Amino acid sequence: MSRVVDLLRFLGGQVVNRVWRLGRASRFFLAVLLKSGAALLRFPLLLREIWFAGVLSLIIILVSGLFVGLVLGLQGYEILQRYGSAQALGTMVALSLLRELGPVVAALLFASRAGSAITAEIGLMKATEQLKAMDMMAVDPVARVVAPRFWGGVISMPILAMLFSSMGILGGWLIGVVFLGVDDGAFWSSMQASVDFRYDVWNGVFKSVIFGVAVSLIAVFEGYDSEPTAEGVSRAITRTVVTSALAILALDFVLTSFMFRGMP
Amino acid sequence: MKRSVLDLWVGFFVAIGIGALLFLSLKVSSFSGIDQKNAYTVSARFDNIGGLKAKSPVRSAGVLVGRVTDIRLDAETYEALVEMRIDSHYVFPADSFAAIYTSGLLGDQYVGLEAGSDAEKRLADGGNIKKTQSAVVLEQLVGQFLFNKAAEGQDTP
Repeated sequence: MSRVVDLLRFLGGQVVNRVWRLGRASRFFLAVLLKSGAALLRFPLLLREIWFAGVLSLIIILVSGLFVGLVLGLQGYEILQRYGSAQALGTMVALSLLRELGPVVAALLFASRAGSAITAEIGLMKATEQLKAMDMMAVDPVARVVAPRFWGGVISMPILAMLFSSMGILGGWLIGVVFLGVDDGAFWSSMQASVDFRYDVWNGVFKSVIFGVAVSLIAVFEGYDSEPTAEGVSRAITRTVVTSALAILALDFVLTSFMFRGMP
Repeated sequence: MKRSVLDLWVGFFVAIGIGALLFLSLKVSSFSGIDQKNAYTVSARFDNIGGLKAKSPVRSAGVLVGRVTDIRLDAETYEALVEMRIDSHYVFPADSFAAIYTSGLLGDQYVGLEAGSDAEKRLADGGNIKKTQSAVVLEQLVGQFLFNKAAEGQDTP
């Protein structure tokens, strides 16, 4: 009997803990937004965070984008040429990258490359009591440390997603046109005919902005909320990557279901 | 890292981001093709629209001149009422002919406009295309073919 009670108590505690953290995260989000005026005005601060989150993620984004495009080109060609429509390869590669793979895979890579680094940085600052020291000097750590990192992530994410999609399309072109002999003109013209700028490109960019907000918020929150010990920081980093991945995939489903429904 | 070098890298990052956006907008995608402001609406009634959808192209002699904007069922006549926006660069005679065709064997369906011969009256905003031809439905074709074959079989014992 007492075992059942223990189990119920454990489950209830877990649920209450999650809801409590969700509430804290929402309040934290509001605080970051309210205090971000100074962060956006102090340009050098923001620049450093764009460099940290964006520029340092460039290599992994570009190389993964290229390889995803290469694979899409190979697989797409293999399937499409069964139906004698290998010219549609450009359409397939571009649409799948712009609508889904670009924003989602770039956000997953961003979460594991930049999100984890942001959490580690803020978590270590907390563990070594740098945040407290700032507070003592009447410098608000949320405005000075958290907000620039948040906005750096939000600004970098759409740029990285667009670069990922572009590299992927070039990868698909490389495999399709250069190696497999799809007609160059047909590749680009069929792509242009069926990719709409507002509908496909813009919705993809919008998706990546939402993912940028989600990943950056999770990263800064987990860092700021971590236990100030070595173990606590490592746990916070793990949580950042896991929660970000789940949030990206769930948000992607929701966004897709009301962006791309009932349209040709 | 020194400030100036950092600025340079961020500038490079933003520049290739803009480059990617330009690539995606100029090389990869196209705008819907029709300028929605300089366009006029015409409607047409069809017995059957087959697989026509909103945003399907409207072509004349194979050239994209507009897009389907809305498809409804007329509750009184049970006909499909198709509304389309046509680029105002293109003016059609009032007795033009609209038909639903399929691009290729398995492609999407589109509205084909064939210009009529009325030199005086033009299709204007809110106009109606009187002469239409429905989509070809494959099942009906196959059914007709089988029916004809069966009839032939009865004639020659």
